[in-house]
Amino acid sequence: MTQADVSPSSGGGSDAAAPVIGVRDLDHEYRPQRGKPVLALSNISLDVKRREFLALLGPSGCGKSTLLYLIGGFLPVQKGSISVNGAPVVVPGPDRGVVFQNFALFPWKTVRQNVLYGLEKQGIARKEREERASHYIDMVHLSGFEDNYPSQLSGGMKQRVAIARTLATEPGILLMDEPFGALDSQTRTILQGELLSIWARSPMTVVFVTHDVREAVLLADRVAVMTARPGTVKAIVDTRFPEGMGAEEIMRTREFTERVDALWGMVRSEAVAAGAGGRA
Amino acid sequence: MSAAASLFSRAAPLLILAALWEFVARAGIVSPGALPALSSVLAVFAGEFSRELFYHTWLSLVRGAIAMAFAIPFGIAAGILIAWYLPVRVVLNPLLQCLYPMPKVALIPLTIIWLGIGNLSKISLIFVGALVPIVMSAYQGARSIEQTLLWTARSLGARESEVLREVLLPAALPEILNGVRTALALAFILIVAGEFVIANNGVGNLINLWGQAGQYPAMFAGVLLISAAGFAVDRAFVALSSRMLAGRQS
Repeated sequence: MTQADVSPSSGGGSDAAAPVIGVRDLDHEYRPQRGKPVLALSNISLDVKRREFLALLGPSGCGKSTLLYLIGGFLPVQKGSISVNGAPVVVPGPDRGVVFQNFALFPWKTVRQNVLYGLEKQGIARKEREERASHYIDMVHLSGFEDNYPSQLSGGMKQRVAIARTLATEPGILLMDEPFGALDSQTRTILQGELLSIWARSPMTVVFVTHDVREAVLLADRVAVMTARPGTVKAIVDTRFPEGMGAEEIMRTREFTERVDALWGMVRSEAVAAGAGGRA
Repeated sequence: MSAAASLFSRAAPLLILAALWEFVARAGIVSPGALPALSSVLAVFAGEFSRELFYHTWLSLVRGAIAMAFAIPFGIAAGILIAWYLPVRVVLNPLLQCLYPMPKVALIPLTIIWLGIGNLSKISLIFVGALVPIVMSAYQGARSIEQTLLWTARSLGARESEVLREVLLPAALPEILNGVRTALALAFILIVAGEFVIANNGVGNLINLWGQAGQYPAMFAGVLLISAAGFAVDRAFVALSSRMLAGRQS
């Protein structure tokens, strides 16, 4: 079986076939100042292909965000390895854009200034900076709000700013840490649809952390289901829908419901193990 | 409520107090030595002591301003570096913890011995007193920054020095401004206290001399003037602060 899978054409080592992100035998311990270290991730191996949308799905506390922070270079790799485009991850970099659940906007900067910040750090010429900022602000439908401060925006608008700020630097990889987790369900649905259409137009490699099964099935090509702590990859499930299908359309299909049910079955047992069982 | 009405409602308690002051003194309920009438205190500002009073108050304020001009940048830099670099924290934090509860006026004799009775000793005293709340606030502000702000800046390509200047400092600014406001109030205390003991000029020295000489209206005028200056500086600073933080509050 494994023999048959390795077809001669894919063995050539072409660029497109090589994983953009490669995680190998990764363990990670939290070492609190007091008390014993806690094993957060155990024996994770995972590949993310170019322009793939991968969701990390699991109960809270399973270490899925930790895995994302490690890929981002925000936490040091302790054991095992992570490579991005063939090079080991050491520090954060503009090749890996990141969007956090709490938006992480600079509250002293306006919408435009927030979006410009990364472009300034990239040393992009002023004229192009301005154009790109306008383009991405427009893409997330915030034209007219350029001079507003984050405190004057709703949660959904804040997350749009954060997405525009990250996309503006045009990273090859987008890391999203429960980006819609702090939003009300209507706003979340709208932003999910927008993310899908943005991704369809400018395909990036996306790693998307969520505990929402429907969100994972709707957005991702593949879903990596993680176990309760210590987090391991329990299964990787293909959830790709044909290209060009919008969010509404996907959610009306029978496959969508079936895949959500199947994944929920896997996640539920982990959620119970993580101590969240009371909520059914 | 109109602006005029709101101004009146805020000023009313002060006006009542002023009227009460005048009445109590005029009616002879207290001796004029203990509390001269407000009108006679205000008359000092137009009288023979006026020039002297304004000149010495000016000297005092310049001292305070010089001390603050050093305390603010030093305090902010120290607080942020203490928060950011462990070795700096290990060295400076114990020092700070000792200095924090110490009554800074207790340093007056020491500053005389070390620095004499000139401007340097008084300015140093105000500097040390003002430094502590500024360092503490910058430290607290920098420590309480959201981790994701720092991570975001790094992932957008900011270098460490840029993260410090462009993210940590502005993120800590609300706390820092609170600390500077506290420091300003402390500075006024230390200006006057220092001049009571170690000066031959300044408004604190005048208040002291006039008190001893029985020039009570003039002494009260000195107290009134430096208090008014303190009030004005505080109001101006609050206005500046809210301007610097404009946009952050919803």
